[in-house]
Amino acid sequence: MNVTRGFTGRPRVDNPGLPPGQYDAGDDWPVLSAEVTPDLAPADWTFRIDGLVERPRTWDWEQAHALPASAYEGDIHCVTSWSKFGVRFGGVSLDAFLDEVRPQAAATHVVAYSHTGYTTNLPLADLTGGRAWIAFAYDGAPLAPEHGGPARLLVPHLYFWKSAKWIAGLRLLDHDEPGFWEQNGYHARGNPWEEQRYSGD
Amino acid sequence: MTETSTSQTAFAPPTAFTPPTRFAVPGRIAVSSGTATVWQTATLTEIRRETPHAATFRLAVPAWAGHLPGQHLMLRLTAQDGYTAQRHYSIASAPDDSGHIELTLDHVAGGEVSGWFHTVAEPGDEVEVRGPLSGFFAWPGDRPALLIGAGSGVVPLMSMVRHHRARGLAVPLRLLVSARGPEELIYAREYGTETTPVFTRSAPAGVPVGRLTAAHLAPLLAERPTGGWEAYVCGSNGFAEHASRLLVEAGQPVDRIRIERFG
Ligand SMILES: Cc1cc2nc3c(=O)[nH]c(=O)nc-3n(C[C@H](O)[C@H](O)[C@H](O)COP(=O)(O)OP(=O)(O)OC[C@H]3O[C@@H](n4cnc5c(N)ncnc54)[C@H](O)[C@@H]3O)c2cc1C
Repeated sequence: MNVTRGFTGRPRVDNPGLPPGQYDAGDDWPVLSAEVTPDLAPADWTFRIDGLVERPRTWDWEQAHALPASAYEGDIHCVTSWSKFGVRFGGVSLDAFLDEVRPQAAATHVVAYSHTGYTTNLPLADLTGGRAWIAFAYDGAPLAPEHGGPARLLVPHLYFWKSAKWIAGLRLLDHDEPGFWEQNGYHARGNPWEEQRYSGD
Repeated sequence: MTETSTSQTAFAPPTAFTPPTRFAVPGRIAVSSGTATVWQTATLTEIRRETPHAATFRLAVPAWAGHLPGQHLMLRLTAQDGYTAQRHYSIASAPDDSGHIELTLDHVAGGEVSGWFHTVAEPGDEVEVRGPLSGFFAWPGDRPALLIGAGSGVVPLMSMVRHHRARGLAVPLRLLVSARGPEELIYAREYGTETTPVFTRSAPAGVPVGRLTAAHLAPLLAERPTGGWEAYVCGSNGFAEHASRLLVEAGQPVDRIRIERFG
């Protein structure tokens, strides 16, 4: 251990909800997207699932909202070291979308992509079983554009770069293909509890 | 990605899934997973004050793999009981073979890491770094570069300016840098004709006061260098939103705007 002379750090908080190397950002919600925030109206938003599925399909805003509403209340963790506790997102469980397209048995991974062209890859298993959402609302209000509004992917058990903003679609694949940050050295899965920040962690 | 010590190779996009929309900011270079994951000891060799709130910290990192202008690193401080704090910092120095790199840190009120640097750190102290990280904001010196930064957001852009100068590059480069006032302008003594400062609160006599506007961008965009500008925007999220919106409204293509937000 390389102790830094004279560094004591903040008072230690015993917070079992804080993954290793993370700190509580409190009320802050930093924005870290690498591209221009798109001017995307709900009427222009669409969400498509294709690839290794039985019935590829595209939903528009109305059709997506016709699916059963589902909320996430809990924590989110960004790879830049901040975590945010007790956030409330409203949307639709990804299971509801996947049930309609019916993934084929061969499907193991997903590339999620945005209306900006941003991409990120995930194991399909991380998107099923009530652990992933398409979110339209934050804290009861429409999701702000800089936070991914009108709609973003939400996969709160992984680092937040996996929760693609301005979500446009998912393509199901039988192999893993690195997305934007993953091609830039970030980890393929990004589990905050195992501190999978960079490829090789 | 290979684990060789030469971390920077030309970026060759894998023949992977391409979304129907073209991504705004494809990576410029591949990042070595070897250098990104290994913590290295960095020894502080010099502290230089830049402004009342910002200082430059020169670090000896003997096994530094080299970086491109615009890249950042992860820095970690460790307390006696094993508690650690880690933050990202842009690299201010141009790539060179000196075995040293420089960071410039704002003193954030109540900041855990910047507070240690500004109130405790002395030459000889050791910290840990890993990197360089992230290729998308890197500028290899190949394309005309239009740089727009505010506050400490000028740090990665200064690495580009210094690189441009050190190599005597002919490719056009312009810097618009926003600061509250002349005394808050980081690297003030180093700027040349490539730079236009924008002062938001106070300015020398005869210089207008106010935030970055379309009027600042217009003459630069009108230069239309061959191949077009690659725009690099860096600063707080509020500034990045403002500056990138101005660029889009002025006709800069969204897929030629790269944004590094400090959170
Ligand atoms: C890619 C990237 C590059 C960057 N490059 C630079 C750079 O070149 N130069 C630079 O100066 N910065 C840079 N930053 C910002 C840097 O990473 C840090 O965010 C910054 O230095 C603040 O860190 P800190 O530890 O000093 O402050 P923190 O401890 O993180 O505090 C930040 C603020 O939040 C408050 N706060 C947070 N947590 C708590 C808590 N638990 N209790 C009380 N208050 C709290 C603090 O009071 C303070 O106002 C960069 C960021 C990114 C993402």
